[in-house]
Amino acid sequence: MSAPIIPARRRAASTSGPSIEADGRPHAHEGAPAHGGRFPSIVDAIGHTPLVEIPQLCPNPNVRLYAKLEGVNPTGSVKDRVAKYLFDDLVASGRLGPDSIILEPTSGNTGIALAMIARRHGYRVAVVLPDNVTQERRQLLTIFGAEIIDSPGEQGSNGAVALAKRLVSRDSRFVMPYQYGNPANPLAHYETTGVEILADCPEVDAFVAGLGTGGTLMGVGRRLREANPAVGIYAAEPEPGEAVQGLRSMADGFVPEIFDASKLDGRFLVTNVEAIRALRALGEREGIFAGVSAGAALVAAAKVARRLAHGTIVVLLADGGWKYLSDSLWTRPLDEMAADLESKNWW
Amino acid sequence: MSAVRIPPVLRAAAGGQKQVVVGGETVGAVLDGLVSTYPGLREQLLTADGGLNRFVNVYLNDEDIRYLAELKTPAGERDTIVILPAMAGGRA
Repeated sequence: MSAPIIPARRRAASTSGPSIEADGRPHAHEGAPAHGGRFPSIVDAIGHTPLVEIPQLCPNPNVRLYAKLEGVNPTGSVKDRVAKYLFDDLVASGRLGPDSIILEPTSGNTGIALAMIARRHGYRVAVVLPDNVTQERRQLLTIFGAEIIDSPGEQGSNGAVALAKRLVSRDSRFVMPYQYGNPANPLAHYETTGVEILADCPEVDAFVAGLGTGGTLMGVGRRLREANPAVGIYAAEPEPGEAVQGLRSMADGFVPEIFDASKLDGRFLVTNVEAIRALRALGEREGIFAGVSAGAALVAAAKVARRLAHGTIVVLLADGGWKYLSDSLWTRPLDEMAADLESKNWW
Repeated sequence: MSAVRIPPVLRAAAGGQKQVVVGGETVGAVLDGLVSTYPGLREQLLTADGGLNRFVNVYLNDEDIRYLAELKTPAGERDTIVILPAMAGGRA
């Protein structure tokens, strides 16, 4: 990551309650830019996201719960970090030629981030996307110049991965960064997200994030445990809707190559309804507008908080709520949404 | 008796049922009971030596049993066991 041209200003302390600075702890990222500095390009502005205490979402008064707000990244999600590392890896390994088309299976965020970064360098980007993701993700992909290849929605991300692999095997122009198996994915979190968390919150006892590719949990987990081997690492996993489990057998299941289950301390299954309830509570009580997986991560974080006698938890909120507005997640009665919740890829 | 939720991919081998109630003091015993009633499930769920298939995730009350006591995790009357195929996660 390039250094900013001038040092970033320190953020003003909150006027509505205790802040990190009010606690007398050193400010985040000493020697590195805080969120909101001056950068030579949008890609250099990736990361440096704020860590915000959210006490109203913490069920244990002896536990402090902080949210890492990844929705403030340039394209609105944590995947900006990963896409930058994936693209740099493609360049460094010499896999990109003048006719190359970067192809990636994605439920949206990685594709949006990859398109933003790679198109700036003149590369074509194509994404394999389940055909039942929210409209905003399609629109953003188009805005950032990605070409969309639909995969069957009922097969979820598994179907997108399988189709992308088939396309790459058939056409040598396709170059796949492959976030599910590329060590550059967890490396992005080891070198950026984990470092920022330690700088902002060195006392962290537990880290919680959505499972996804496993990159966040693997990379952040490794970095945090280098500082404190006792840090607990916990995953929130979506309970897939009935209509998006289109597998023929359990052997069609998929475990990302970069994911090592032995590195976790726990994994919680979270339903879409639970995730949306938490999402609404986050907005109502803490004024934070986040995406569906953030709600799920909060449900898991609350479970971890109940088990701790005391301590500090950092939960990563992977994106903002903007890409879910068309589905009225914040306004429709949950019982009216039952069919939609079963039939869409929300995360 | 624990309630065991069967994913769509396994229902044909479980008499079309979405949920079955099975006795057993551990998750392993419950799964043994399940596959003895529905033998077609054995190959999908368990390895030859009786362990969990790599692509099968089993949750006791929403927590992955790999982080509890695996198949030896105690199971009781009010527990729900969820069986799911490993899926590529979201937000990817």
